[in-house]
Amino acid sequence: MANQTIAQYPKGDRSVLIPLLQDIQDAFGYLPEDVLTEAAAHIGMPLSSIYGVATFYNQFRLTPLGKNIIRVCRGTACHVKNSANILFGLESALNLKPGQTSRDKNFTLEVVSCIGACSIAPVICINDDYYGRITVKEIDKILKKYQPTPAKATSVKSPEVTK
Amino acid sequence: MVELTINNLKVKAEEGMTILEAAKSVGISVPTLCYMKNLFPTGACRMCVVEVTGQRNLLPSCAFPVTEGMVVETNSPRVRRARKTIVELLVENHPQDCLICVRNKNCELQDLAERYAVREHRFAGEKRKHVVDISSPAMERDPAKCILCGRCVRVCNEIQKIGAIDFSGRGFASIVTTPYNKGLNVSDCILCGQCIIACPTAALRERSSTKIVSTALGNKNKFVVAQIAPAVRATLGEEFRMPAGTDVTGKLVSGLRRLGFKKVFDTNFAADLTIIEEANELVQRVVNNQPLPMFTSCCPGWVKFAEMNYPEIIPNLSSCKSPHEMEGAILKSYFAKKMGLDPRDIFVVSIMPCTVKKFESERPELGHDALHDVDSVLTTRELVRFFNMAGIDFSDLPDEEFDNPLGESTGAAAIFGTSGGVMEAAIRTAYYTITGQNLDNVEIDEIRGMEGVKSATLTMGELEVKVAVVNGIGNVRPLIDEINAGTSPYHFIEVMACPGGCINGGGQPIHQNLDNVMKRVRALYEIDKKSVTRRSHDNEAIKTLYKEFLKEPGSHTAHTLLHTHYHDRSGK
Repeated sequence: MANQTIAQYPKGDRSVLIPLLQDIQDAFGYLPEDVLTEAAAHIGMPLSSIYGVATFYNQFRLTPLGKNIIRVCRGTACHVKNSANILFGLESALNLKPGQTSRDKNFTLEVVSCIGACSIAPVICINDDYYGRITVKEIDKILKKYQPTPAKATSVKSPEVTK
Repeated sequence: MVELTINNLKVKAEEGMTILEAAKSVGISVPTLCYMKNLFPTGACRMCVVEVTGQRNLLPSCAFPVTEGMVVETNSPRVRRARKTIVELLVENHPQDCLICVRNKNCELQDLAERYAVREHRFAGEKRKHVVDISSPAMERDPAKCILCGRCVRVCNEIQKIGAIDFSGRGFASIVTTPYNKGLNVSDCILCGQCIIACPTAALRERSSTKIVSTALGNKNKFVVAQIAPAVRATLGEEFRMPAGTDVTGKLVSGLRRLGFKKVFDTNFAADLTIIEEANELVQRVVNNQPLPMFTSCCPGWVKFAEMNYPEIIPNLSSCKSPHEMEGAILKSYFAKKMGLDPRDIFVVSIMPCTVKKFESERPELGHDALHDVDSVLTTRELVRFFNMAGIDFSDLPDEEFDNPLGESTGAAAIFGTSGGVMEAAIRTAYYTITGQNLDNVEIDEIRGMEGVKSATLTMGELEVKVAVVNGIGNVRPLIDEINAGTSPYHFIEVMACPGGCINGGGQPIHQNLDNVMKRVRALYEIDKKSVTRRSHDNEAIKTLYKEFLKEPGSHTAHTLLHTHYHDRSGK
């Protein structure tokens, strides 16, 4: 897969770097190190410079995404409604910093500038589910819904979702 | 020509010159941080800003070309204020541990803080926190001290063409680092140390061995000996305010004796030995149809580069150990026996112009009977600290002679420290090995000088020998591509990783002055010129060594002690 993604770009042409990185991210969900190493050799650019570009732009990820992506709104309205506390609560509950993915790859924690749901601030969003007017106390309850299903309950198709 | 006014002075400048260059040509100093002579300006640091009449903003003089009638102020209150703010911002995001910093009193940030009279903490914000990368045996990387001028990145990318480090992240999180912020030891870094020479602060520095050496010197059971590389004698004086290119060999010897070294030997002796073995290896390769061209292997940065990037040319690398490793091997065998010493009690310290030599000395294959040939490597800069600590006034030291028998050398060995020197020395002896006669004119001008790639064709009897000299690792790739394509015309290629050779090595005194490098080079050629013997095979001590111990070049003993092998480090 890596070969195909990279091979469609001309050899030794550094100017294709950003579209190439975007394609790699589309194919893998993030930028794996071995694929970037291969890409570096292909376009004739040091890996250190590619790493520099990949870390400069927010759109690129260097770690795989978790199964569930938690977005914490840190926009103005949510900030006024104490979203900093919500973020801190999530960081503590998951032992993650924004941008990180849990070891079991179940959760990725992210911060966004404004989710566009200011009327229910403070708001977090897990995958496509929105949780508005939440408090730190509710965090554990919400996260529980996304914990991996225990083996005996595999027959349950998907956890219930409150919108 | 363009005429402009700088600080009320009429200045004539060439068209295309920058304001900075024009100011410099009339002795007006403008401070810089990111500026690097001969490289395209980045204008990143804004230290060099000047006021130009008619321009709304201050202009970066390093990047702005002169125009006719331009009126420039390099030291107006507005300029001073802007520069001071830049320094203040840099200082506030810096550890400010000058008292315990290795670059104390030799730091560009410290100098600028003094020059612009930074006397208070005006910006008390958050500071970056970074850990020091001590993963490599030769170099340390301390991003907390980095001011992001980018000079190391440019040396690594544009001059050495390695690209081991680059900027990553953005804004406050910006940092110069390796891919994935890993240790230098697992990066593409060859540890040449050119970035250390380029760094204005102590963000990049050598891994210090002073503690180990100091402990060894204090150990009564150790017979601690020193050996001095060819290039150190022509540079160390600079650290004691002597002009660049002062030959301080005699003072170095007496100084090292005063530090407590039992014997002081000359790596030049082993350089002569290297030449005998290498010339013999070259002739054997030609006669036996073995891989050609042969590459020199004196430069451990080059060897590491080849192992990591071009493992397919490992058979082309000369199997000869580098001179200081040969010297160590002879010290722990021939010399130990002669002196009745247990090789385990001998502690060999190499004084080197080089950071990679530290890595090289730890290579497990460079040793014998579970002993390293060389126990510790000090760079020129570290030795200076030793002298200072001992309170030795270097300039007042008397001149003394090296100890024998590993202290005798020829002019051919002296020039090992400069690009083209190893090749020139090898040619002098190879000519003799092939034709049985001595070369009349021993100076080979085609391979001297600072060009990136130098080449020469020499007639040796019936043989026509083509040689090339690669000056700086950044110029080596095209020659390797030629070999891989089967079109290389050469028999013998010298590679030195640092531009100019060891004389400009990563362990040398830190001065941002290219003219100094030329003066250092001339000093080495001067030593050669003044030498009584200028051909390695005329070294009497070497002749005795072969007669008493090694028998002949390439003998079994020579192979065991003086030759080595290499590893594929490409990870492919």
